[in-house]
Amino acid sequence: MSLIHESAAELGRLMAAGEVSAVEVAQAHLDRIAEVEPKVHAFLHVDPEAVLVQARAVDERRAAGEELGPLAGVPIAHKDVFTTVDMPTTAGSKILEGWRPPYDATVTRRLREAGLVILGKTNLDEFAMGSSTENSAYGPTHNPWDLSRIPGGSSGGASASVAAYQAPLSTGTDTGGSIRQPAAVTGIVGMKPTYGGSSRYGLIAFASSLDTPGPFARTVLDAALLHEAFSGHDPMDSTSIAKPVPPVVEAARQADVAGLRVGVVKEFGGEGYQPGVLARFREAVDLLESLGAKVVEVSCPSFEYALPAYYLIAPSECSSNLARFDAMRYGLRVGDDGTRSAEEVMALTRAAGFGPEVKRRIMLGTYALSSGYYDAYYGSAQKVRTLIARDFDAAFHQVDVLVSPTTPTTAFPIGERADDPMAMYLADLCTIPSNLAGNAAISVPCGLADEDGLPVGLQIMAPVLGDDRCYRVGAAVEKAFESRWGGPLLKEAPAL
Amino acid sequence: MSVITREEVAHLARLSRLALADEELDHFAAQLDQIVGAVARVAEVATADIPPSSHALPLENVFRPDEVRPSLTPDQALSGAPAVEDDRFRVPRILGEEA
Repeated sequence: MSLIHESAAELGRLMAAGEVSAVEVAQAHLDRIAEVEPKVHAFLHVDPEAVLVQARAVDERRAAGEELGPLAGVPIAHKDVFTTVDMPTTAGSKILEGWRPPYDATVTRRLREAGLVILGKTNLDEFAMGSSTENSAYGPTHNPWDLSRIPGGSSGGASASVAAYQAPLSTGTDTGGSIRQPAAVTGIVGMKPTYGGSSRYGLIAFASSLDTPGPFARTVLDAALLHEAFSGHDPMDSTSIAKPVPPVVEAARQADVAGLRVGVVKEFGGEGYQPGVLARFREAVDLLESLGAKVVEVSCPSFEYALPAYYLIAPSECSSNLARFDAMRYGLRVGDDGTRSAEEVMALTRAAGFGPEVKRRIMLGTYALSSGYYDAYYGSAQKVRTLIARDFDAAFHQVDVLVSPTTPTTAFPIGERADDPMAMYLADLCTIPSNLAGNAAISVPCGLADEDGLPVGLQIMAPVLGDDRCYRVGAAVEKAFESRWGGPLLKEAPAL
Repeated sequence: MSVITREEVAHLARLSRLALADEELDHFAAQLDQIVGAVARVAEVATADIPPSSHALPLENVFRPDEVRPSLTPDQALSGAPAVEDDRFRVPRILGEEA
């Protein structure tokens, strides 16, 4: 097997055993990027020389006898919404084109400390707002399974890079499904940790009460290793949880569900769901039962209000967060000709620097927070948030985990929903409740839809700080499916 | 009936500091009207007895000792500035002519 097809765990082992160097591993992935990037467009920035410098440093540390972690020397693609002092950080927006942040995000710092080699920055919907990566100001990313289709979003560069073997691991952020949905539609693993389990410091804010960094990988164990490497308490983030990271790696190795109670969310299915998605989902539920899990149906009646509540709460928070892009301290400045006021320059810059979806959400949030409308919109959405948390509480009294399809459909064609915001928003139907309630949720591959041959994801939801359960169940499903399929789902993907 | 009119979008754009072109106003009005119509459903279940949640998990104030710690240098802080003068951000005028 070539280096680019190995798992992160195996690459780490090979390097620790001295069978291959970090430089060789980095070079193999740089070659792959050069080969397929013109088709996939997963990256906004790659500097091969700088990558090799990082890899060489890991080899030197190892040669000097330093004790290194399990992912030392493993390459990673980093979502371009985390600040990096040595690479531009754009959030997929023209308003930050060419910006070099003066500090590293905590996630970035922890990747470096773990010896991960950052290959570059990945494409995303502008400010992580979207489900297709079409909202990037730098052009869309293409799904490696079918280049005419979307790779999901907002972390679409992250999902595509891992599915295209450009990187064994990548970082993402999940505000309404932006890790799980791209993972599902590209046939890989994506995890949204418990809110506050991973630091938001240096993550360019979209909706602060929802934004959660998390891992992408081709295997459940790899995702757990990366989760462990960058998670944990951070004094620089006041919403960071001051508790140990749940035992995610151990759970991924455990991979068994005997006696576990699994709840099928009754409300996720039926109209609007692709038949092939529901068929694969039902198979996954049967599989869990055959592995010894006790499966019951669970009703979460408030979940049908999650999508409307989310599209009030997230835009409200975004309208406030994005006020910082004021053309004064960093980023783009347009129209400063000596005659215009600061306010005029600000409005011209924001009009020129933000794309249509960002403008829509800023204005929607401004509307929802306006006096006179606040109670009916933002206030009501916050109450729905309470109801959704209560539904989860009640469900987790009956079962250990909840399952659903990750997305109602497989990857849709690029352009199909680009100017139809409501259709685009439906992609996050099943993922949003866990953002509103802050609990952990993962997506793992569960097969290909019959009608289009594209990947389907199984979502596994666990209580707050029950992240390990996601990995335990995800790994059991992965193991059973791979023995049935004769290997990982991704081997069915066409060669690029 | 439309909730979000062209005039409403122009008002929101002003509040949001977005200098939108005329043709954008019509386009956004139609889209925002559709979105607001769909999300208004939250009012169906948001009864007076339900407490609102601003956050998923309970939050407490987090404090740290008020000590001087290393931070950005002036050069670092100004490194992304569109215009700089005397170690400061240079900005367009913020007061009207009469001030």
